[in-house]
Amino acid sequence: MALQSLDIAKRSATTTEPPQARKTPQVAKLIDVSQCIGCKACQVACMQWNDLRDEVGNCAGTYDNPRDLTDQSWTVMRYAEVETDRGLEWLIRKDGCMHCEDPGCLKACPSPGAIVKYSNGIVDFHQENCIGCGYCVTGCPFNVPRISKKDSKAYKCTLCSDRVAVGLEPACVKVCPTGCISFGSKEDMQERADERVAELKERGFTNAGLYDPAGVGGTHVMYVLHHADKPGLYSGLPADPAISPTVSLWKGVTKPLAMAGIAAAALGGLFHYVMKGPNDVSKEIEAEVDKELEGEK
Amino acid sequence: MIRDPSDLQRYTASERANHWVVGICFILLGLSGLALFHPALFPLTYLFGGGTWTRILHPFIGVVMMLFFVVMFFRFQHLNRMTDTDWQWVRRAREMVNGDDHNMPIQGKYNGGQKLLFWFLALAMVVLFASGIVIWRAYFSAYFGIGTIRLAALLHAGFATLMIIAIIVHVYAAIWVRGTIRAMLYGTVTRAWAKQHHRAWYRQMTGK
Ligand code: HEM
Ligand code: SF4
Ligand code: SF4
Repeated sequence: MALQSLDIAKRSATTTEPPQARKTPQVAKLIDVSQCIGCKACQVACMQWNDLRDEVGNCAGTYDNPRDLTDQSWTVMRYAEVETDRGLEWLIRKDGCMHCEDPGCLKACPSPGAIVKYSNGIVDFHQENCIGCGYCVTGCPFNVPRISKKDSKAYKCTLCSDRVAVGLEPACVKVCPTGCISFGSKEDMQERADERVAELKERGFTNAGLYDPAGVGGTHVMYVLHHADKPGLYSGLPADPAISPTVSLWKGVTKPLAMAGIAAAALGGLFHYVMKGPNDVSKEIEAEVDKELEGEK
Repeated sequence: MIRDPSDLQRYTASERANHWVVGICFILLGLSGLALFHPALFPLTYLFGGGTWTRILHPFIGVVMMLFFVVMFFRFQHLNRMTDTDWQWVRRAREMVNGDDHNMPIQGKYNGGQKLLFWFLALAMVVLFASGIVIWRAYFSAYFGIGTIRLAALLHAGFATLMIIAIIVHVYAAIWVRGTIRAMLYGTVTRAWAKQHHRAWYRQMTGK
C-alpha cells in the first residue's frame, strides 16, 4: 500500500539517492518467544486488520495451521517439539517477515517502487508496482514473500505500516494476550529484550539471547529466544542469515559489468567501422571472377 | 527472385525464415530481459505493454526461440565442425580485423570464427533455456530449491549478457563484411564475395 506519510529510505530498482532530510526513529517489533502460548490471536488479528481470509486447510498432525505462509497468511505460528538438555520443549515461533535493515527482497526486485523500505525501517511491498516475477522470493534469506495465485503479486507482512504511520501499534501487538509481542523504537525494544534475557538467564536459560541478526544489518522484527545459541530449533530459524552471495553477485557487479560489456561491443563495432572501413570484396578478385565467367560463356 | 544468374545460393528460403524467427525472438528476449535486468532499462517494458506483460511474455518468447533454434541447430551443425584450418584462421583473426586478410587460410562455408560463435550460441541457448525454466515463477520455480533458483538467476543474467555481446559481434561482422546481409535477405551472394571470404566453399560450388 502506498503511504505518503512515511519517507522512503530505500526503493527497489532505483539507483539514485532517496530523500534523507527528515530523521525518523527506527521502529521494531519484539517477539518474546519464551512468553508465547501459541494461541494464534496474532494470526487472527492480522487476518482481520488486513482483510485476509486463507482457505481452510487440513490438519497435518501439528498445530501449524495454515501450514505455511501464503499470500493470505502473512504470519503463521510454527510449533516445534524438540529435545534439549531441559527435556522435551515445545518451541512456538511466530513466523513472518523480519523487516531486514538490508532486505534481500528489495535488492532482488527489478520493478521500481514495488518494494520500499520506509525511513523507520519497515519493508513494504507496493502491489501496484509489482510485476509478479518472484525475484523477491529468490532474494529473501527468510523465505517470506509469497506470490498470489490469483493476481501474481507478491505479499507479506507490512508490519502494519498503515497503522504505524498514524501512531498505532501493529494489530498482532495489540491483541497478544500474554504481552509477548511489543512494539516501539528499536532502541527501546533492545533494552526491553536485554531485561528479559537477563531474567531468563536467572531462571536457568543460560543461552537466552536476542535474535537481531547482523548478517542482514539487523532486523526490525526481533525475537527473544531461550536457546539463542541454536535458532534452528525454532522451526528452522536461520542461525546466520545474510543475502546469499549468489544473489549479491547477480544483483551486484554483474549489472554494471554487463552494461559496460554490451556498450563496449556496440561502440567497438561502430568505431572499428569508422576507423578501419568496411571489408569490401577486392577489385582483384572481382576481375578474376569476371574472367572465370567469361571463360564459361 | 534471381538477381544475377551467376550468384551463388547460400541459404534456402526456409533456412532464411528459420533464422529470422530466431533473430526476432532474440531481439524481443534481449529487450524484455534487459528491461528487468537493469533499473536504467526498465522503461523498455513499455515496448511490451508494461512490466507485468514483459514478465509474462518473455519466457513464452523464449520457448518459441528455443524450438526454432533447435531446428536451426540440426540444419547447420554438420557445417560447423572445427578443423585445423579453422583454428589457424582463428589465430590469425586479429590481422583480418586490422584490415589485412591476405594471409588468412582458405575457409569453407563458414570460417573458424563463425563456427566458434555457432557452438557458443548453442551452449548459451541450453543454459538460458534450462535456467529460464528454473526462474519461471508462474509454472516451474516451485519444483526447484532456493539454491538452484538463485544460481539459475545468476546464470541466466550472465549468459544473456554474453549472448547479447556475441550477437552484436555477429551482426557487426555481417555489416562489416559487405555483401553478407543479402545472404539472409535473398539467400544469394556474389561469386566474388564467396571467392574472397569462403574460397573452399566457392570452389565446391563452382568447381573452380
Ligand atoms: C530460452 C528460453 C528462455 C526462457 C524460458 C527465459 C525465461 C526467463 C524468465 C522466466 C525470466 C524472469 C523474468 C520473467 O519471469 O519473465 C527471464 C529473465 C531474463 N531473461 Fe530470459 N528466458 C529465455 C531466453 C532468454 C534469452 C535468449 C535472453 C537473451 C537475450 C534472455 C535474457 C534475459 C534477461 C536479461 C533476463 C533478466 C535477468 C535478470 O533480471 O537478471 N532470456 N528469462
Ligand atoms: S524477511 Fe525477507 S521479505 Fe522480509 S524484509 Fe527481509 S528479505 Fe524482505
Ligand atoms: S514479484 Fe513483485 S515485489 Fe517481488 S521482485 Fe517481482 S516485482 Fe518485486
